[in-house]
Amino acid sequence: MTIAVLAVQGAFLEQEQTLDMLGVNYFEIRQRPDLSRPFDGLILPGGESTVQGKLLRELGLFDILKEKIEDGLPVLATCAGMILLAGALADDSTVHFGTMPIRVRRNAYGRQLGSFHTTANMAGIGPVPMTFIRAPYVESVDDGVDVLARVDNRIVAVRYGRQIALSFHPELDRKESTAIHETFLRMLVER
Amino acid sequence: MANDRYELNKQLAQMLKGGVIMDVTTPEQARIAEAAGACAVMALERIPADIRAAGGVSRMSDPKMIRSIQDAVSIPVMAKCRIGHFMEAKILEAIEIDYIDESEVLSPADDVYHIDKTQFSVPFVCGARDLGEALRRINEGASMIRTKGEPGTGDVVQAVRHMRKMNQEIARIVSMREDELFEAAKELRVPFDLVKYVHENGRIPVVNFAAGGVATPADAALMMWLGAEGVFVGSGIFKSGDPAKRAQAIVKAVTNYQDPKMLADLSTDLGEAMVGINENEIRLIMEERGQ
Repeated sequence: MTIAVLAVQGAFLEQEQTLDMLGVNYFEIRQRPDLSRPFDGLILPGGESTVQGKLLRELGLFDILKEKIEDGLPVLATCAGMILLAGALADDSTVHFGTMPIRVRRNAYGRQLGSFHTTANMAGIGPVPMTFIRAPYVESVDDGVDVLARVDNRIVAVRYGRQIALSFHPELDRKESTAIHETFLRMLVER
Repeated sequence: MANDRYELNKQLAQMLKGGVIMDVTTPEQARIAEAAGACAVMALERIPADIRAAGGVSRMSDPKMIRSIQDAVSIPVMAKCRIGHFMEAKILEAIEIDYIDESEVLSPADDVYHIDKTQFSVPFVCGARDLGEALRRINEGASMIRTKGEPGTGDVVQAVRHMRKMNQEIARIVSMREDELFEAAKELRVPFDLVKYVHENGRIPVVNFAAGGVATPADAALMMWLGAEGVFVGSGIFKSGDPAKRAQAIVKAVTNYQDPKMLADLSTDLGEAMVGINENEIRLIMEERGQ
């Protein structure tokens, strides 16, 4: 089993360190030739979605990855990654992959002063630590999207088919819990 | 809670990694920077090259100007306060800036003390020329470090010097016996715990960017190759012939700094770079401010 980690910008190293803890093989996607290597799952890390979205397109990664995700490639997307997957953004006409029928609000908790850490229940796992950094949340979901977690009545984790999207950063809390990454890795082996 | 806040502030810097933070002086420039792929912008009234040219005392920017930039973009907005100027920093916190740069680019307000950054909820980035300066700033509460370089020159030599120096000193700390760390802490004039962290982890406990004199995609790639986790570009973009194109090229160069072919393409046809000033031609040495 091999995971590809999108490494154009952001906290991809922390994702890789989490995969190291779990003993999983991975490689980085920085440019088009990287996509010719086989992989079983994709991680979209935190960072700035505007930067990642732009680099995905300009480095020739966008179309191939979008197609793979639409064809059922398992994806774990955190924070900026959730924005990349969203079918619609609030107050913003930008759509990146748009492979998940959810409506997401960027910087939904305001500026850095609104960033916070908490613990909340994740469906199928139980309480997990959650770190929100200038985070988005999901305003609404269409049919077929499972809501996995809410914090203060806001949707912060969803699953649609084989895509999981999170407002928060389990990779930053990897020393406390790797449960979410483990769940994602289990999804890869269930066919 | 305060500790939680410091963690969150370090973590915001982690999200900026692999990115380029650009100096902007107007909402228009901020939008150009965001569209070009900046992961954050630094709002300031005058870029370092113009501060040099203007001379005189350089201060925190007008909050109105900073707010206009906050309104113009969705990416994090940083702003500079003078070294040691607690109240300028409090003002920036009051307008909910995402990151404060306690910066040697502005005229220092205090020639002895830096700001006690533990008294703030918003994060700080500070410049450093070596490991001692970096750890002293971290001890004061900085949640991100950048090399000082020599701002506003378009000359990368000081940034290179500072990054190499820091890495050499980190390597030296890593190679020490544990019982030698006490003396190292004394030499570096920093708390033992921070030296121990460096010894155990082979890095400083916060994200470390390059800054000061980066003017081309090749400069940015060089700094990444030397171990920077991202790059600040100040005067280099909006003092050049084609800012949007240069900005985009620098963003891509940071992501793919290991690919010389791509760097060759990115370096092609960028128009005029900012006019550089060599280190022996400048009178005002900003890097010596705030040690």
